[in-house]
Amino acid sequence: MEESLWVAILIAAMRTATPLILAALGELIVEKAGCVNLGVEGMMLVGAVTGFAVGLTTGNFALAFVVAAVAGAVLSMVYAALVLIFQVNQYAAGLSLTILGGGVSAFWGQPWQGQNMTGLQPTVIPGLSDLPVIGTVFSRTDIVTWAALAACVAVALVLTRTRAGLILRAVGENHDSAHALGYSVRGVRTLAIAFGGAMAGMGGAYLSCVMTPLWIEGMTAGRGWIAVALVVFATWKPARVVLGAWLFGAVSVMQIHGQAMGLAVSSHILAMLPYLVTILVLVLISRDATRIRLAAPGSLGKPFKPA
Amino acid sequence: MTPAAAAAPLADAAPRLRVTGVRKQYPGCLANDDVSLTVQPGEILALLGENGAGKSTLVKVIYGLVTPDAGTIEIDGTPATLASPAAARAAGIGVVFQHFSLFHSMTVAENIALGLDTPEGRRDLPARIRAIGERYGLAVDPDRVVGELSVGEQQRVEIVRVLLQDPKVLIFDEPTSVLTPQAIAGLFDTLRRLRAEGRAIVFISHKLEEIRALCDRATVLRGGRVVGTVPVAGASVNDLARMMIGQDMPPMGSDHAGRAGPVRLSVHALRLPSDTPHGTALDGLTLEARGGEILGIAGVAGNGQEELLAVLSGERPSPEADDVRIDGQAAGRLPPGARRKLGLGFVPGERLGRGAVPPMNLAENGFLTAHWRLPLTSRGFIRARDRAAFADRVIGAFKVATRSRATAAQALSGGNLQRFIVGREILSEPSALVVAYPTWGVDVAAVAAIHAALVDLRDRGAAVVVLSEDLDELLSLSDRVAVLYAGRLSAPIPRADCTPERLGLLMSGATPLDAVTEAAHAA
Repeated sequence: MEESLWVAILIAAMRTATPLILAALGELIVEKAGCVNLGVEGMMLVGAVTGFAVGLTTGNFALAFVVAAVAGAVLSMVYAALVLIFQVNQYAAGLSLTILGGGVSAFWGQPWQGQNMTGLQPTVIPGLSDLPVIGTVFSRTDIVTWAALAACVAVALVLTRTRAGLILRAVGENHDSAHALGYSVRGVRTLAIAFGGAMAGMGGAYLSCVMTPLWIEGMTAGRGWIAVALVVFATWKPARVVLGAWLFGAVSVMQIHGQAMGLAVSSHILAMLPYLVTILVLVLISRDATRIRLAAPGSLGKPFKPA
Repeated sequence: MTPAAAAAPLADAAPRLRVTGVRKQYPGCLANDDVSLTVQPGEILALLGENGAGKSTLVKVIYGLVTPDAGTIEIDGTPATLASPAAARAAGIGVVFQHFSLFHSMTVAENIALGLDTPEGRRDLPARIRAIGERYGLAVDPDRVVGELSVGEQQRVEIVRVLLQDPKVLIFDEPTSVLTPQAIAGLFDTLRRLRAEGRAIVFISHKLEEIRALCDRATVLRGGRVVGTVPVAGASVNDLARMMIGQDMPPMGSDHAGRAGPVRLSVHALRLPSDTPHGTALDGLTLEARGGEILGIAGVAGNGQEELLAVLSGERPSPEADDVRIDGQAAGRLPPGARRKLGLGFVPGERLGRGAVPPMNLAENGFLTAHWRLPLTSRGFIRARDRAAFADRVIGAFKVATRSRATAAQALSGGNLQRFIVGREILSEPSALVVAYPTWGVDVAAVAAIHAALVDLRDRGAAVVVLSEDLDELLSLSDRVAVLYAGRLSAPIPRADCTPERLGLLMSGATPLDAVTEAAHAA
C-alpha cells in the first residue's frame, strides 16, 4: 500500500480516537475520586446534540464545545446528587443517567435530525504543513484532536505531581481517612463528576461537530461504554487510555477500508471488530486480575456515609 | 519545631486542654453526658473506659469531627471553637487514631503531605520526616509505599504526620492494641520524650498495666459519664478496674491446664499464595491442635492470619485434601459446611457479615451453622420448634442480653453478639473449634464468660484454637502458644515457658522461627 493511504488511516484513526480519549479521561478522574459513573454514554449524547445545535445555528465551534461541556456537566450533577446526597447505588445511578441522556437527547434533537453542516475544519499552521508526512498529518487534523492529547498529559501531571491530584487520589483511595483528615469528600467528588461530565459532553460534541457533522439519535453507538471499559483495562493510567483509544480508532478505520475493498465478510461483523478487538486486547494486557485490584482506587464504587 | 518550656507537670499553670461539660446524644444512646477533664503541660492523662463508654465520641468532639450538644473546650485557657479537624489542628490538637487514616497505595511522604494543612515544598518533606524520626525514635522511610509497612511502622507514619504540625495536645486512641511488646516499649519511649517537651498527652486504653506504667493521672469513663479522676501512682490495677467496670475484675483465662489428647485439627506444611493484594502467602505452615488443649496463635496482624483462617474454615480450599485434617479425616478440599459436619466449629473475627447475617434474627443465625451438626431439618424443611429451642438454649446458657430470639443480630452489642456466636458453636458440640479474636471489642464481663466457655469445651475433650492479637489473653488462656510470622507458624511453646519478651521476638521476626523450633524441641 502506498504511503498516502497509511497516512490517511493514521489521521482517521486519531480522529476516531479523540471522543474516546476525551470521555475516558473524564471518567478516569471520576473513578480516581472513587465513583463509577456509567452515564458516560448519556452525557456524550447530550453533548453531541447541544454541540450540534450550537454549531449549526452559530457556526462558532468553540462555543459549541463549551456549551456541550456545560450540558454534560449539568447532566452529571443529576448523578452527583443521586450518589453523593441520596446515597443511591452508583451503578444504578449511572445506568439511569445513560437512559435519561439518551431520551433527553432524542427529544431535543428532533428539530436537528438529518440536517447537515460543515464541521470544524483542520487548523492549518503555516510552515508546518509543508513538511512531508508530518505536515500532511498536521494539515488534516483539527485542534481538538491535539487538545485531547494535551489533556491526557495534563491529567497525568495533575494526578501525580500536584496537591490537588494527591487529594483527589486520597478521596478515591480511602474516603473515610480523607474525611478524617478534614478533606471534603463530597466536594472533591462533585468537582470530579462535573469534570467527567464536561469531558464526556465534549467527546459527544466532537462526534457531531467534527467526525460526522450531523445529528442522529443514538449516534454515540456505545462509545461511552468503550470509554468506561478503557479506564478499567488501562488500569487508571492516562497514557494507556490513549493507546487503547488509538487501537479502537485504527481498527475502526481499517474495517471501513476493508468494507470498501469488498472483503468477503459480513459488514456487520466488520463493524463489530473495533469493539471486539479493543476489549480483547485490553483484557489480555490486564489479564492479571490482582494488578487491576492493586491499581483500582480503594473506595471505588463504595457509598460514602460521613459519621 | 520548638519544645515548650515546661518540662514537668505544673499544677498551677492553666491546663493545656480543658474539656468542660461535653454532652453528645446519638439516637437511642447518650454517648457523652457532662464529661469534663483537664490535661496539664508535660502530663500524660489516661482516658480509661470499656468499649462503648464514650471515649471515641469524646475524641471526635475534641478533634472537631463531631459537634457536641453542649460543652466547651479550652486550650491554654483560651476557649476554642473546633468546628472541623482543620480548626482543631490549627488550635494545636493532634490525634493518632486507632484505625489509621492512611492511604495504602501511596508513599509515606504522600500520606504525610495529605495530613498537612499548609501545602509545602515536597522536596524538603522527606528530610523533615527523617529529622522527626530521629528525634523521637520513629524511624520510617519516606519513599516506601504504606501498604508494604508493618502495622507498627504504619503507626509511626501516623505519629510523624501528627508531630509535623507541632501540636500542644496529643491524643492517642488505643495505640497499643496492634503492637508487639517491643513496639509498645518503643512507643512508650516516644511518648515520654513528648511529655518531657511539655506537651499534653491523652492516652486512651483499657489495658490497666500499660496505664500504670506510663500515665500520671487517669480519668475513668463509664456509660458516657466521668466516674472519677485519680492519680495513677496511688491506684492499684484493681482500683482502676473497679472504677471502669463498677465491680471487681472477674477471673479471666484458664486456672488449670488441659489434658492433651489425640490431634483433632491439623494443617500440614501448607503453601498457598494470598488471593488479596497486600496479603501474606502461607509459607509451609504446620499446625497441630490436640483434643483437650487450647492452642493460642499469636502474631501481629498481616502475617497470614486472614489466610490461615480462610484455610481452616474452608472459605478457601487447600491444594490437597491432606493439607487440612479434622479428626483424622482429610478435609482440605471440603467447603465450610462439610467441615462443620466433620466436627469443626468456627468463630470468625468479623462478627457482623461473617459470624452472623446482620439483618437476620438470632434463631435464623443459630440455624445457619448449627443445622450441619444438629437435626434441625426434616426432608429439607426447617423444624421451627427445634430451631427456636436451640436459639433459646444458646441465649440461656451464655446469658445473651436480648429481648428474644427474634431480635436481629445487628441490634446486639458486640459483646452480646459474640456470646451468641461462641455459644452457638459450642452447643453444636464441635470436636475442634477455631476462634478468631474472641474478645475484640467485648466488655470485661463477656470476656470472662467467653473464656470460661472455651475452657469448659476444652475440658470436655475438644481442640480449641484461639487466634488473638492480645498477648495477655493468649497467655492466660492457652495451654500452648505458637507464633504466626510471615505466613509460617512457630513450634508451639508450653504456657509455662512463654514470656511476653520471647513471644515478642518471634512476632517481630527477630528470631528465626527454625532456631526457636529447635530450642523448643530441645527443652
